[in-house]
Amino acid sequence: MSRFLAILWRDLRLAGRWGSDTVMVVVFFVLAVVLFPFGVGPEAQVLARIAAGVIWVTALLAAMLSLERLFLVDYEDGGLDLLASAPVSLELVVLAKCLAHWLTTGLPLILVSPLLAVLLNLEAEGYAVLLAAMLAGTPTLTLIGAIGAALALGARRGGALLSLLVLPLYIPVLIFGVAAVDASVAGLSAHPHLMFLGAFFLGALALSPWAAAAGLRQALE
Amino acid sequence: MHRFANPNRFLALARRVLPWSAGIAGATLAVGLVWGLVFAPADYQQGDTVRIMYVHVPAAWMALFAYTFIAAASAVALIWKHPLADLAAKAASPIGMSFTLIALVSGALWGKPMWGAWWVWDARLTSVLVLFFLYLGHIVLFDAFEDPARGAKSAAVLALVGVVNVPIIKFSVDWWNTLHQPASVVRLDGPAIHLSMLVPLLLVAVGFTAYFVSVLLLRIRSELLARKIRALQMMRAAG
Repeated sequence: MSRFLAILWRDLRLAGRWGSDTVMVVVFFVLAVVLFPFGVGPEAQVLARIAAGVIWVTALLAAMLSLERLFLVDYEDGGLDLLASAPVSLELVVLAKCLAHWLTTGLPLILVSPLLAVLLNLEAEGYAVLLAAMLAGTPTLTLIGAIGAALALGARRGGALLSLLVLPLYIPVLIFGVAAVDASVAGLSAHPHLMFLGAFFLGALALSPWAAAAGLRQALE
Repeated sequence: MHRFANPNRFLALARRVLPWSAGIAGATLAVGLVWGLVFAPADYQQGDTVRIMYVHVPAAWMALFAYTFIAAASAVALIWKHPLADLAAKAASPIGMSFTLIALVSGALWGKPMWGAWWVWDARLTSVLVLFFLYLGHIVLFDAFEDPARGAKSAAVLALVGVVNVPIIKFSVDWWNTLHQPASVVRLDGPAIHLSMLVPLLLVAVGFTAYFVSVLLLRIRSELLARKIRALQMMRAAG
């Protein structure tokens, strides 16, 4: 546990030192969402109809943009070699890094999303569920993204490759995240959709450290 | 299995199998496609449009079969480190992607007259589209690294991660309320399709499978030869 916390604390301190990463992700999120009213017109009803989808898709893209730095910096300066040969399982390292990544990327996205929902005129019933759905969904995005980041580590044009690998696997989270918000706006229960998001999170929590560690091992040999 | 890890022994096997698989492919496709597209009975509801089924359904079956094959080859490559398993997965991927594309396009051509739409976002179509992107990612991963062995291992992990999509595609028409019709052939109650349509359908499916095997053997062979050429070039450069 202490080793997990040590790696977590190290990653958090590093992210704090180069705070620009978190700021860039949030700024991209806000800018991309703000583009939509310019694109589809400012009519309130149209914006309200697409609000949930736009927020989720841009959150997905923003999360994906920040995935490369999950392992790349450590890979390039040799820190990953040290972590792999340390007396701690690589799966635990992946979990600690994912938690740090989510705290510095996913959590800011969640906190900013109600503000953007106001910009897109989301109906009042949707806000609480939007927060709950993003809370359930963004950790899954980090965990699945860790698999992609490990597989694409050190590849040419890693960023574009990462999007090709990770976005198809993000689609179920997107579908249920938007469905949850749309359901609560329509007056139906968002419970089943939130349950699915929770299920994806638990599944990713159990399986993706294993897959990502496998990817890291063959990147390091 | 490890007997055929020796490339020359594999090439000898391929040389023996290839004429047979190519011949079977040619024969069954010629008979099956002509039978289905021309002579099989028209559907009582869809009329002659149902003939797209003889291309669409076997292509979709092959898309799933190819991905399962790739996942199995990837597992063999990762667990037993069989040298030809990576090669088999790399060779099979573009074939599977092509079959997926044929299934998607023929499905769209079938959907327009039948459903009135080229594309709907129902569970079956969406999950097959995700399969297409998984194939694309798999192909791109092989060439994304300077070290080809690294690319092969990465692609193997990706193939295994994405194999969860295959049962989702198969059961999507049961689990969700889809516009795409439910299973008519591979069901627990047996095929729900008349023999006069089932036989040409199965013939084309066998033909596509034999085609897959033939092209797979050709691609593995050319990959092995390319490696030999590269090794010879390196030896010559080293003096």
